[in-house]
Amino acid sequence: MTTRTTAAPIATTDRQVGATERTAASRINRAGWLFSAPFLVTYVLFLIGPVIIGLVISFFNTATVTPGLGAWVGVSNYADILSSSDFWASMWHSVLFTLLTTPLLVVLPLLFAILCARIVRHRWFFRLVFFAPYVVPSSAVCLIFAFMYTPETGLITKAFSWVGLTAPNFLGSVSGAWFGVTLLTLWWTFGLNFILYTAGIQDISEEVYEASAIDGASPWQQISRITVPLLRPTIVLVLILQILASLKVFDQIYILLAGGPGNKTRPVIEYIYDTGFTSYRGGYAAAATMVYLVVLIVIAAMWILLTRRSDTADTKA
Amino acid sequence: MTTTLAREGATSVKRQTSIESSNGAKIFNRLAATCMVLFGLIWLVPFVFALITSLRPDNEITANPSGWWSNHWTLQAYGGALKDNPIGWWYLNSFIIATLSVVFTVIVCSMIGFALAQLKFRGRGVVIALVLIGLMVPTQAMVLPQFIEFRFIHLLGTYWALILPAIAAPIAVFVYDAFMRGLPPQLIEAARLDGASWWLIYRHVCMPLCRPATSAVAILTFVMSWNAFLWPLLVLTQAKSQTIPVGLSGLVGGSANQYAEIMASAVLGIIPLFAVFLIFQRQIVQGVAQTGIK
Repeated sequence: MTTRTTAAPIATTDRQVGATERTAASRINRAGWLFSAPFLVTYVLFLIGPVIIGLVISFFNTATVTPGLGAWVGVSNYADILSSSDFWASMWHSVLFTLLTTPLLVVLPLLFAILCARIVRHRWFFRLVFFAPYVVPSSAVCLIFAFMYTPETGLITKAFSWVGLTAPNFLGSVSGAWFGVTLLTLWWTFGLNFILYTAGIQDISEEVYEASAIDGASPWQQISRITVPLLRPTIVLVLILQILASLKVFDQIYILLAGGPGNKTRPVIEYIYDTGFTSYRGGYAAAATMVYLVVLIVIAAMWILLTRRSDTADTKA
Repeated sequence: MTTTLAREGATSVKRQTSIESSNGAKIFNRLAATCMVLFGLIWLVPFVFALITSLRPDNEITANPSGWWSNHWTLQAYGGALKDNPIGWWYLNSFIIATLSVVFTVIVCSMIGFALAQLKFRGRGVVIALVLIGLMVPTQAMVLPQFIEFRFIHLLGTYWALILPAIAAPIAVFVYDAFMRGLPPQLIEAARLDGASWWLIYRHVCMPLCRPATSAVAILTFVMSWNAFLWPLLVLTQAKSQTIPVGLSGLVGGSANQYAEIMASAVLGIIPLFAVFLIFQRQIVQGVAQTGIK
C-alpha cells in the first residue's frame, strides 16, 4: 500500500520510511476495525448474546414472563430434559420429519433440474413456477393446504378418490398428518433446491457435453456419467442445507396441526415454545434449546469439515 | 453475475446442438419437456385453486368445495377479508420491518464485507472466524433466550425486536466479501493515490460497483424478513401490530363456511411478495443460487 506522505521530503532515511509504513499499517488496522464495528456490535448483542443468555439461564429456574433470573438450580434442568420422554418424543418428530422430507427434497429437485436442462426454450418458466411457492408465507401455504386437505370434500382428498385410493385423514390421524405435512413441504420448498441444482448444472462446461455427443453418448449416459458425478458438490450442499432446514421445522406443523393430533407430530422447536411460552419455564426451555443447539452445531461443523477437506483435496489434485 | 447471465444465453443455443444430436436424444428431450410441463401445471394448482375459490360465492363453495368454476364471480370475499381482519395494518407492519431490516443489513454487512475484502488489517482472521461461527448459529432455534434478552432491554412488542436480530447476517457478509474481492485493485489503488479516504472509497467506488450484490442481499433479506413466523409470533402480540404471516396463521382452522374469505386472505398474503418476486425474478434466483440461503 502506498501513502501520500511519500510525496514529502526528498531525504527520507530508512527509519522514516519504516515510520510511514507503520502509520499506514496502523491506519489500515483502524479503518478495518471501524468498518467491522457495526456488524460486530450487532453480532455480539443479537447473535452470540442469546446463546450466552440461553446457556446462563439454563442453570436457573428463570420464568419467561417475570423479570429476574430466579434461583440457581445447577444442572437439574438438563437432568429433567434428558429424562423427559416428551422432549425425546419431540426430538424424534423433528428427526422423523427430516427423514421424510430430505430424500424427497434432495432427489426430486435434482431429477427435475436435470430434465429442465434438456429443454432448450422457456426454461425460465419452470424456474418461476417451481420457485414461486418458496416466497409465499408459511401461513398462506397452510391456509390453502388446510382447505385442500378437508376430509371428504377437499381437493386433494378428492384427487385420491379419482385415482381409486382412499385419502388418509390429513388433519386428524398421525400418519395422515405426516403425509400432509410432507406433501405441503415438498410443494413449498422444492423450488429452492431446484434452483441450487440448476445453478450447479449451468456451471458444468458445455464442451463436456459436446464431446460426449460426438462420441455418440445417449442422454441417459450423459446424465449418469457427466451431470450427476460433476454435480456432487452441489448435491452435498443441498443435502446438508436440507437436513439443517428440516431439523428446524416449526411453521407448517404448528400452524396446520398445532403439533397434533395429541402432540404426536410436535417438533422440538414447538416443545421449546410450549414449555417456554405456555408453561413459562424459561430455564427449562433454555436447557432444551442448548441440547438442540449442540445437535445442530455438530451437524453444521461436520459439513464445514467435510467441505474443507474436499477443498484441500481439490487444490492438491 | 452478469457473466453468468450472458453465458446462459449463449449456452442455450449451443446446448441445443449438443443435446439434440441424435434421434433418440430428440425423443428423450420431448419426454423431458412433457414431464416438466405436467409437473409445472401441478405445481400451479394450489395457487389457481385458491384464487378461484376466493372469487366464488359462499353458497357455491358449500355445495361443491372442490369446484373449478363459478356462475357468479364475485369480489365479496375480499371485502369481507379486509373488513374482518386488520390486513392493512399487517401489510404496513410487514413492510416497515422488512424495509428497515434491508436498509440496516445492507449498510452494516457491506461495510464489514469491504473491510474483509480490501483492508488487510490486523485481526482480520479473527473477524472472519467470528463470521463463520455466526453462520452456524441457528437463529430460529434461539427464540427463547432471545425473548428473555429483549424483555430485559424492554423492546418486546416493538419493530426493533424484529429488525435488530436480522442485521448481523453472516451470509450477507460473505456475499459482499466475495463481490468486493473481485473488484479491480487498480481502481482502489488509483483512488488511494488521489488521496481518497477509505470511507470515500467504500461509499463512492466500491458500493456503486457492488449493485448486483446489494440487490441480491436486499431482496433475500426482504423475503426472509417478510416471511419470518415464529419470532414475530412471540414478539408482536397485539392484533394490529402483527405481520402478515402471523396474522394469517390465526385464520387456519377458522369458521368452516367462510372458505372464500379465508382463501381471499391467503391470496392477499401472497400478492405482495409475488409482485416482488415477479419483478426481481432474475436477482432472486441468482442470489439464492449464489448463497444457498435457506
